[in-house]
Parts: sequence; structure tokens; C-alpha cells
Amino acid sequence: MTRIGVVVFPGSNCDRDTLHALELAGAEAVPLWHEAADLGGVAAVILPGGFAYGDYLRAGVIARFSPVMRSVAAFARDGGLVLGICNGFQVLAEAGLVPGALLRNRGLRFLGRDVLITPERLDTAFTRSVPDRHPLRMPIAHGEGCYYADEATLTRLETEGRVLFRYAQPDGRPAWTGDDDANPNGSLRGIAGVLNEAGNVAGLMPHPERAAEAILGSDDGMLLIRSLVESAAERAAAGGPVVVAAG
Amino acid sequence: MTSDRQDGRTGQPGQSFRYAVNVMPKPGILDPQGRAVEQSLPHLGVEGVGFVRVGRRVELSVAAADEAGARATVDRLAAELLSNPLIETYAIELLGAVAPLEAIR
Repeated sequence: MTRIGVVVFPGSNCDRDTLHALELAGAEAVPLWHEAADLGGVAAVILPGGFAYGDYLRAGVIARFSPVMRSVAAFARDGGLVLGICNGFQVLAEAGLVPGALLRNRGLRFLGRDVLITPERLDTAFTRSVPDRHPLRMPIAHGEGCYYADEATLTRLETEGRVLFRYAQPDGRPAWTGDDDANPNGSLRGIAGVLNEAGNVAGLMPHPERAAEAILGSDDGMLLIRSLVESAAERAAAGGPVVVAAG
Repeated sequence: MTSDRQDGRTGQPGQSFRYAVNVMPKPGILDPQGRAVEQSLPHLGVEGVGFVRVGRRVELSVAAADEAGARATVDRLAAELLSNPLIETYAIELLGAVAPLEAIR
């Protein structure tokens, strides 16, 4: 069984849901305490949603300096699979493991509601089980989810195929800035998820683990959880990091 | 002050210096807080005020042999922790030399 770790920071609140979703997908899901530097031989790491260290100063910044994050950064550098969800995305961005930053929502309000997102890539470690580019439904729950990067970085992300997901209209067209209904936090170029350069680290603002069973209103998120578990299993079988190259 | 006491645990001897680090959103970065303040101005009956930007101010004391050493520490903290260089700028302001942190503790 593939072992996947879920980091638990003080203030994480989606760790249990994420562990549960991983178990549903057939993984051995283990919590990783923020003060422990040992990742316990996991084949992939998820940084879950929540409010790590109270989100003081800026969301994700204090978590970046925790002992576990030093290990996660080293794991990522070695090609290990890392997925940051919501607050986990903010931590990855603050740590420089994925490009950009998550700013205060354009409308200033905390947003907790379903959104639609369209995968830009179906051939990544995080989307390989997604059958097609139809929009997926899953919730967002954040106050700072407005994706920002400078123009040069945004263009580079697009040309290198590192935009993983965009917020979408019901018909699947991307939801640009200004479309407050489909892209409610105002993310630039509608970006909801990005990849690092090597394609082994992903940040995603919506919550796949909260849409992992039909009883939750959507099980679209399970496609992403399953993708990660399959990719991690491959990595474990190969006896080392499996890096799915971007671009 | 509590913050001084915590800083004092570094146990460095000598003087300490008090700074303010003023962190501001970079020009061109959408600042919804600043805009919310602007939008409240008509309710106050205030006219002729615009371009409001909301930032953050952090004050801290640093024990060091001299001001240059203290400033180097503040500069590192400001760049790595107190601000995010992608979206914010910072300015360091020396508030003055203060009692050694040891004495405060």
C-alpha cells in the first residue's frame, strides 16, 4: 500500500478529511506532525487546508519555517510529489516551491462555496485520472485566494504548461478576472492551480478532499486524490521519486 | 515588553536598537483594503482623498554590537519573513538605541 503523508500544522483543519480521502483512494495515509523533520518514508506529501499558525503575518509564511517544511522542501527538490491544497498552496507559494502569491480575495470576504475548475493538463502526476477537460466541481474556502504573479511569470506559466487548473464557467470556458461569479477571488488569468518547473509540486486553491464522495455533493475531487495516489504508487514501485516533467 | 523579552533570549551582549519595518503592497498590486477605505470616505463626508494603500508596520528591538549589525538582522527579517518580495516592499526606520535586551529581561 502506498504511504502518503498529510502535514498537520497547528491550525490545519482539513487534515482529517484529506487522510480520509486518501484512504478511500487506497493509500496508507499518515499524519506528519509539523515539529517532526522525519517524513516517515512517504511517497508523496499533501499540505492540507486550514489556518497554519493562525495565518498570522501572511497566510502560510510562519509554516514555511517549520521543521517539517525543511524536509518537505528537500523532498520536493529530490523530485518527491507534493500537493498543497488551499492553505497548503499558500505555504508552498510562501516557501517559493511554486510560483506566485495568494492575495486577499478581491471582494475582501472569506468565500466558502462550490466553484468549477477546468484542468489545463491531463498528463500530470496530479491529473492523470481525470478523464477529460470537463469542469470539475469542488468547494473553495479561503480569504486569501486571489492568485497573483507578475505578467512575465504568468506568461511563462502558460507557455510552459504549468497552469494546472483555471476557474471555469459552467460550459468550461475559463473565468477571467472580473467574472466574480465563476472566479470569485479575482485570480489573475483565472488560475486556480499551478505546477512548479519540474512538475512534481502542485498548488491548488479549491478542496478536492471536500468533494471526494457523492454524499458530499460531488466526488470530482476524488479524480485528483486518485491521480496523486497512483503517481505515488508508481514512484514507490520505482524505488525513488517519479518526476513528471512539465511542458 | 513581551516581545523584547523573547528577543532577549538570544543573549547577545551590548546595545540594542529599536526599528520599525513598514511593509506596503507594491505599486500595481491590487489592494482591496485600501479600496475599501476609499469607498468609506463618502460616508464620512470627506472629499479630495485618494490612492489609499493599506500596509503593515512591525516594531522590534535587536541586540547587536552596533547599528550596522542590527540593521543587517532587520533587513534579513524584513526580506525573508516580514514581507513577501513578490507583492510587497518594505522600508526600515530606526526608532533609536534602547536599553540592552538583557537589562529589559
